[in-house]
Amino acid sequence: MRKNVAIIGGGQTHHAARRHDVNQVELVNEAVRAALADAQMTIDEIDSVLFGNMEFFEGCHMTDCWLVDGSGAYGKPGLKITTGGTVGATIVGAGVHHVASGLFNKALCVGFEKQEEGDTGAILSGVAHPLFGRSLAGAAVGYFAMMATSYMAAWGAKEEHSAMVAVKARQNARKNEYAHLKLDISIQDALNSRMLSYPIRMLDMCPASNGACAMILADEKTARDRCAKPVWIRAMDTAHNEQFELDWRDVTTKKPIFSRVSASRLYRKLGVDDPSKYFDVFEIYEPATWAEMVWYEDLALCRPGDGFKLVENNMTAIDGPIPVNPSGGVLSTNCIGASAMLRIWEAALQIRGDAGGHQVVSKDIRRALATAYGGTNWTVLTALSGTMDD
Amino acid sequence: MNPEHDYGTFESDQRIVAHSRYFAGLMGSYFFVRLRDEQKIVGARCEKCNKVFWPPRSTCGRCFSVLSLENLTEIGPLGTLETFTIVKYREPVHPRKAPFVYGIIKLDGADTSMVHFVDGVDFQKLAPGMRLRPVFANKRNGNILDIDHFEPLDSY
Ligand SMILES: [Zn+2]
Repeated sequence: MRKNVAIIGGGQTHHAARRHDVNQVELVNEAVRAALADAQMTIDEIDSVLFGNMEFFEGCHMTDCWLVDGSGAYGKPGLKITTGGTVGATIVGAGVHHVASGLFNKALCVGFEKQEEGDTGAILSGVAHPLFGRSLAGAAVGYFAMMATSYMAAWGAKEEHSAMVAVKARQNARKNEYAHLKLDISIQDALNSRMLSYPIRMLDMCPASNGACAMILADEKTARDRCAKPVWIRAMDTAHNEQFELDWRDVTTKKPIFSRVSASRLYRKLGVDDPSKYFDVFEIYEPATWAEMVWYEDLALCRPGDGFKLVENNMTAIDGPIPVNPSGGVLSTNCIGASAMLRIWEAALQIRGDAGGHQVVSKDIRRALATAYGGTNWTVLTALSGTMDD
Repeated sequence: MNPEHDYGTFESDQRIVAHSRYFAGLMGSYFFVRLRDEQKIVGARCEKCNKVFWPPRSTCGRCFSVLSLENLTEIGPLGTLETFTIVKYREPVHPRKAPFVYGIIKLDGADTSMVHFVDGVDFQKLAPGMRLRPVFANKRNGNILDIDHFEPLDSY
């Protein structure tokens, strides 16, 4: 990074399937006010607002315009960002570039989705190619299901492993006051849940949530002057796969898989040897249980084919040696345009020691890695640390 | 306004219907016309990358070479099932009523795969590696569903 950039505050809404108590503006405002309060800052001090969601998921375009009262962007410079599941992380990437350029000192990043108001399934089918894909396209479950079939066939993982991930996520979510699905479930509950698209069952999949997340990024001087616990953005990397791979993953493939490519570029920038030791906690983007196990392998937390063994051996539990998604992750809360930002914000909270009930206490959290998916092959990675020496 | 009164939460139900018209472009037009009229499937070869892409396209995304009609090459019609899912739930956006099977199918001679339906198969026997053949629709109108579905080669 040419100039250092830190997260100096953030906030999120109480995520839920129904938020009939607020409209979209009010939902966004709930997160923005929480972020300003956390940073002890007023909206007048913000130089630029980066805003995003997934286009039309709540049936309305140009949300940066319609929600300007709630976001605080009135009269301020800024951008609207829409990049699928990666939206929230791309917003942060844009914010980081704004501040790192030296043109802005304080950038407010806001991501949201109010899924109950629109038709996410129908709009998602519009993401498919209009000629080669749309007449075949279904909802998002199918893509992850095909990845899961490939994973099971290639590595010998069982449905039980998926159930272990499902349980870990929802039990962690119960410790997180903001999470949507706080379910006290067992492995048997997950295995007995309704089959959606073999091998993915109801509890193997993320919910459709309403929610927002906001974060304030600042330059080094502002961060040191104004913030007791700045969290530094140490590196970001993004990469896109070929569109006609249609979001599916053959886990054994020799083809370039850009979550892997992106991870190795990021590790090279930071001089990371063993990511499972270098980072103290991970917040990854897992809309389905199987995606979490594939992430373990793509991030080189284990060898290819060993991802399911990490969860089998409790390695990635909140008190395990490689804690992954202590917040409950996307499996417990998926307000799409906010989800990837929530990964970064939750990782920052872990470093600050402010995660509350789901704080990792079994070790000192100095460094964290957050990931994002758009489709399953569009990747944004963000590495954070508590000090510039880490 | 009476603060004592509970005004509840008001909502409005709405529906938008939108029409679109898409052009298939140079390579796509060739693909759909040959599929409709001759039941042939074509991909595009990038000589530089030594790869055959489906769908055919005019720029290789990997090396950025310009591809044109001379790069088109017939692929399939037989292919191999790479992975699959059995859709068990009904949803308005689904193109078919559950249960049905989506497969990722790599046609012979292609380096990228196609998503399509797999019919006429015992769910228990579905497995990556299964050999498939396309079944073309009787009435074809230049749509990817001119391939109605794929089915196992063995039952043929
Ligand atoms: Zn090429």
